[in-house]
Amino acid sequence: MSDGIGARVQRVEDKRFLTGKGKYTDDIRMENQAYAAFVRSPHGSARVRGIDASAAMAMEGVVGVLTGPEMKEDGIGDIITGWSITSKDGSPMQCGVWNPMVTELARYVGDAVAIVVADTQDLARIAAEAVVVDYEILPAAVNLVDALKDGAHQVHGNVPGNLIFDWEVGDEAAADEGLAKATHVTELDIVNNRLSPNAIEPRSAVAIFNEAEDHYTLYSTSQNPHVARLVLSAFYNVAPEHKLRVIAPDVGGGFGSKIYIYPEEIACLWASMKLNRSVKWTAMRTESFMTDAHARDHVTKARMGFDADGKITGFKIDTIANIGAYVSLFATATPTYLYGTLATGTYAIPGVYCNVKAVHTNTAPVDAYRGAGRPEATYLIERMIEVSARQLGMDPAELRRKNFIREFPYQTPVLLQYDSGDFDACLTKAQALADVAGFPARKAEAAARGKLRGLGYSTFIEACGLAPSAAAGSLGSAVGLWESAEVRVNPVGTIEILTGCHSHGQGHATTFCQLAAEKFGVPIENVKLVHGDTDTSQFGMGTYGSRSGPVGMSAVLKALEKVEAKVKKIVAHQLEASEEDIVIENGEASVAGTDKKMAWHEIGLAAYIAHNLPEGMEPGLKETSFFDPVNFSFPSGCFICEVEVDPDTGKTDIIQFVSADDFGVIINPMIVEGQVHGGVTQGIGQALTERVVYDESGQLVTGSYMDYTMPRADDVPSYKVTHSSTPSPTNPLGVKGCGEAGAIGSPPAVINAITDAIGTDDLQMPATPEAVWTALQAAKMPMAAE
Amino acid sequence: MTQVAITVNGKATSRDVPDTTLLSDYLREDLRLTGTHVGCDTSQCGACVVLIDGKAVKACTALAVSLDGSKVTTVEGLANGALHPMQAAFKEHHGLQCGFCTPGMIMSGIDMINRYKAEGRTLDEAAIRHELEGNICRCTGYHNIVKAIGDAAAKM
Repeated sequence: MSDGIGARVQRVEDKRFLTGKGKYTDDIRMENQAYAAFVRSPHGSARVRGIDASAAMAMEGVVGVLTGPEMKEDGIGDIITGWSITSKDGSPMQCGVWNPMVTELARYVGDAVAIVVADTQDLARIAAEAVVVDYEILPAAVNLVDALKDGAHQVHGNVPGNLIFDWEVGDEAAADEGLAKATHVTELDIVNNRLSPNAIEPRSAVAIFNEAEDHYTLYSTSQNPHVARLVLSAFYNVAPEHKLRVIAPDVGGGFGSKIYIYPEEIACLWASMKLNRSVKWTAMRTESFMTDAHARDHVTKARMGFDADGKITGFKIDTIANIGAYVSLFATATPTYLYGTLATGTYAIPGVYCNVKAVHTNTAPVDAYRGAGRPEATYLIERMIEVSARQLGMDPAELRRKNFIREFPYQTPVLLQYDSGDFDACLTKAQALADVAGFPARKAEAAARGKLRGLGYSTFIEACGLAPSAAAGSLGSAVGLWESAEVRVNPVGTIEILTGCHSHGQGHATTFCQLAAEKFGVPIENVKLVHGDTDTSQFGMGTYGSRSGPVGMSAVLKALEKVEAKVKKIVAHQLEASEEDIVIENGEASVAGTDKKMAWHEIGLAAYIAHNLPEGMEPGLKETSFFDPVNFSFPSGCFICEVEVDPDTGKTDIIQFVSADDFGVIINPMIVEGQVHGGVTQGIGQALTERVVYDESGQLVTGSYMDYTMPRADDVPSYKVTHSSTPSPTNPLGVKGCGEAGAIGSPPAVINAITDAIGTDDLQMPATPEAVWTALQAAKMPMAAE
Repeated sequence: MTQVAITVNGKATSRDVPDTTLLSDYLREDLRLTGTHVGCDTSQCGACVVLIDGKAVKACTALAVSLDGSKVTTVEGLANGALHPMQAAFKEHHGLQCGFCTPGMIMSGIDMINRYKAEGRTLDEAAIRHELEGNICRCTGYHNIVKAIGDAAAKM
């Protein structure tokens, strides 16, 4: 069937976006709506001694100014984290309390001190400027390494030494043994630069309090409206769940940053009740830079040992991970169970050990962003293997092949069991597409023009399909991450698929409907996806961690199978045939070997005419399903990047970027390729241009697009994308998830290419022209650099 | 407050607005044409690009009162029964994901094609990428946007 699995179906949701008719949160306007602006700490670390809102309150049109202490008095709860980590000594993690608005100490630039509500957006912002806050500026702990040192400022009184946890995974003795017997040990210091996710739609919230019903509605830029409702209800005490409806309408990109339930949504809901007005808040981009959860920010020392044959003998990792001022929802899982557990990469390593110290600093909370932990692991491993190949004098592809895992399922030494893969196949495909054989000639041609060409690999693996409940629960997660689905066949035969996943660019309205087209052979125009509203769809977990395919779609498939079973019973009854003989295809059900059949719309109608159903059958055609995977899925792949560096300026041009991904079964190649393009570009952004910078007082230096360098169209090439497939055995569709691979695998490919070009591995991200030029000069004149 | 009259998507509009009102706010808040998006506050992201008297302008950089008598085209004003060739090309080539930057991309794409045609210049991939320097997309990696604009250039 042309609209089914594997079809390059154009997106059914495009028209409204193309014609300006999308409905994003900031597009919503309620009757008598008021607007919120936040008074935010301009200091990284300060005590709030007093708040004088009298000048703001005196302005005509200002509805109210509300503060943290009032919020606390009203019983609004503190912001929670979802995953409790146990330190290697067995002690529970220590984390500071996160009041949605400051009650005493402001701990990062942007920490909300008060919410100002006024009749217009401009007035709210002007009034917020007029709120006078008396700050006592305190010392700050900003740098993640320094924050662990003796005498560092304590971000939270209850977290000694700013150390949240000191976690380990793997076998230290085995890693030490492997390193001890190695004939070569590569040592590497890695900085994984701090990023800002930067969905182009700023976060926004519209909170509506209905006094007559004692009911709240929240429109929110959320990747997971049901989770938002649960947390707002159960932990923040805004309202009980049945008195709170959360709607995430069209959402303009998420990348992880819209998973979390931020102070602003809590404050707007609370203010809407206090002031009895609908309250809308939309972030300025500067607020996004200040308060959207940041990402990455690791400092790592690692050692990898090799025997004389080039086999890896041991791998030992010491990482410090910056969590920021407060512990956000997935902040503790990201640098642990999504990082250390991937430390073996695509390689068979007998001894692996990873130690992670998580630290509070006076910076914005750091949490999951596209890839979440896996990019950090991949960057480390893939830099390590490339640098080792250079030090060993081996071809980097051959060193990889020598160490690839080739038997599946594969139990790693760091908790995970890889489901399937064929790393050689991806590497071979990528090499062919990249014309690696022709690289020496291209390098020589570039050299003749005075340019430095380099080629870099990345052969990565990641864990997707977050998350099998049993595994997540045993590792300290508060909840498992199954997904729900409902399939409704209407009396006219059209189909509605309801999911707890949320689409914010991924094209679910198309791909989820392709499943019904595949199953029943109905045209995709007759299928519709319903999502994003806690009033319409059943509780579900939302979209992140490349979970909508492996988990969400698998739930849909299960519900479709239940519908199929009931349809067969109904048709068998109607056509006086045996249920086993009913064949459903091309939008109709027929009795095998006969010309008896029913069209899909006839079946739909028949299901609702109860007097002519099989004995005892309930009328209707609607089925629900929950799917909880037995394991993660493990997409893998090979990226090859070719760059040209101008030695005079240090500027890098990406000449070619090739990807060969193994996503298992692909539902819609067009959409999957789009995910790769976008992910790779974010990874190139990390490698070449992006970095969040704070000064030593905790002031945010990169607070706008003038200062934080987003990759633009002329920073990246057109991509060459291919696939190789080993279906995942962990879900019935065999899909692995494709949302994050691009961002996970690409940074090391880029840096491996640049360092190949410039002949030195002493380079950290982002490889700005200045950084590359400096590395080149240092390599040329080692004495001068010292 | 100043009265301003602007023709938007072929329709005469007139409002009393504060002198500080940006065109982006005039469109979104006064006319409720919410297809023009605002993604930043430093005129960098390009989500708000519209055509003013046929030329691409970031609507967040123009004051409504300065545009009295102007003709503005927004993304809502392109489709005429069928999708505009640029909109159709974005759909065909999967040039959009979350859709937020899309209106600005489409308007910038139309503007660059018009300019290159008028000047008799070739709008190749490098030129498209260069011309998109004022538009940021976080989803698509630009690959399919560039393809869509290139395809639309052949059809417009």
